Amino acid sequence: MEHLFEYVLRIGDDSLILGQRLAEWCGHGPILEEDIAMTNISLDLIGQATTLLDYAAKIEGKGKNADQLAFLRFDKDYRNLLLVEQPNGDFGMTMMRQFFFDAFRKPFFEALQHSKDEQLSAIAEKSLKETRYHLKHSSEWVIRLGDGTEESHQRIQESLDALYRYTDELFYSDEVQKAMESAGIAPKMDDVRSEWNKTVDYVLNEATLKIPDNQWKFEGGRRGMHSEHLGYILADMQYMQRAYPGLEW
Amino acid sequence: MANREWPLWEVFIRSKQGLNHKHVGSLRAADAEMAIENARDVYTRRSEGVSIWVVESMNLFASDPSEADALFEPADSKVYRHPTFYDVPDGIEHM
Repeated sequence: MEHLFEYVLRIGDDSLILGQRLAEWCGHGPILEEDIAMTNISLDLIGQATTLLDYAAKIEGKGKNADQLAFLRFDKDYRNLLLVEQPNGDFGMTMMRQFFFDAFRKPFFEALQHSKDEQLSAIAEKSLKETRYHLKHSSEWVIRLGDGTEESHQRIQESLDALYRYTDELFYSDEVQKAMESAGIAPKMDDVRSEWNKTVDYVLNEATLKIPDNQWKFEGGRRGMHSEHLGYILADMQYMQRAYPGLEW
Repeated sequence: MANREWPLWEVFIRSKQGLNHKHVGSLRAADAEMAIENARDVYTRRSEGVSIWVVESMNLFASDPSEADALFEPADSKVYRHPTFYDVPDGIEHM
C-alpha cells in the first residue's frame, strides 16, 4: 500500500508540476492561438493531477484530499521528474520539454490502461486521449522549429542539449517501481523506453536535430531530491494556501 | 519590413446536432495542420464541435457591401417566393 501511494504520487506530481509550468505561459504565449493551446494542455495536466492525487490521498488514508497534497507538502515530498520542473525558457525550450515528456507519457498510459489497478487503468484511458493530442502538438513544433530557419534550428538544438540529460529519469526504476511492475500495476519501464526511443528518433530525425554526445544523466526527483527550481514553483503555488489556510473561491 | 504575421484562416465547425459546418471565427496559423489544431484549441474547448474545416481567408471572395442594395433589395418585394400562400388542410402536423 505504501508503494502504491508512492507510485500514484509520482504520476500525479509529474502532471501537477508540468501543468503549473505551462500555466506560467498564460497571457505570455508567442501568439494568441498558442497561448490557448498551452493553457489547454496545462488544464489537461492539472485535471489528471486532481484525479491522481485524490486517489493517492485515498490510499494514504489520512483523510486528506488532492488539494492538500498539491498545496501543503514540502519540496522533498514531491516525487515529480526533474524534467518537468525545468524553467520554461523560450517557446522552443518549452516545446522540447513537452515533447520529451509526451513521448514518454503516451506509451506509459497505453500500457497503464492494462494495469491491474482499476482506478489507474481508468485514469490512463482518459488521459491517453489527451496525451495523444499533446504529443501531436509538441512533436509538430519540434519538427517545425528544428527544420525551420537557421535561428530556430540553433535555438531548439540548444534546448535539446540542455534538457536531454533529464530524460533518463523518465524510466527511473527502484524498489517501488519493481514492486509495482511485479504486481502488474505499473507498465514495464523497458517497454516504455523502447517506444520512447522510437518516437524520439523519428521526430528528431524529421527535425534535423541531434542527440548530444555528452550523455551525463541526472536523476533525483523520484526520491524527492529536486533542482532549485521546484522551490520557486511551490512558492508560487502554495503562497495562498499557506497565507490563508483553507481559502476557497 | 516584410509582413511576418502568419496567414489568416477562417474556421467552420460542425456541431453534434448540426449537419452543416458553420463559420465561427478566424485565427492565424502557419499552415493548414496548425490551423486545424489552433481551431481545435480556440473554438472547440467547450465541446462545440465534431468536425472542423479551415480555409485561408485569402481564398474567400465576398460580396461588396456597397452593392447590397442591388443584390438583396429586389428580393424584399417578392413575398410570393415564401411558401406561405397555401391553405394547410386540417390534421397536418409539424408544418
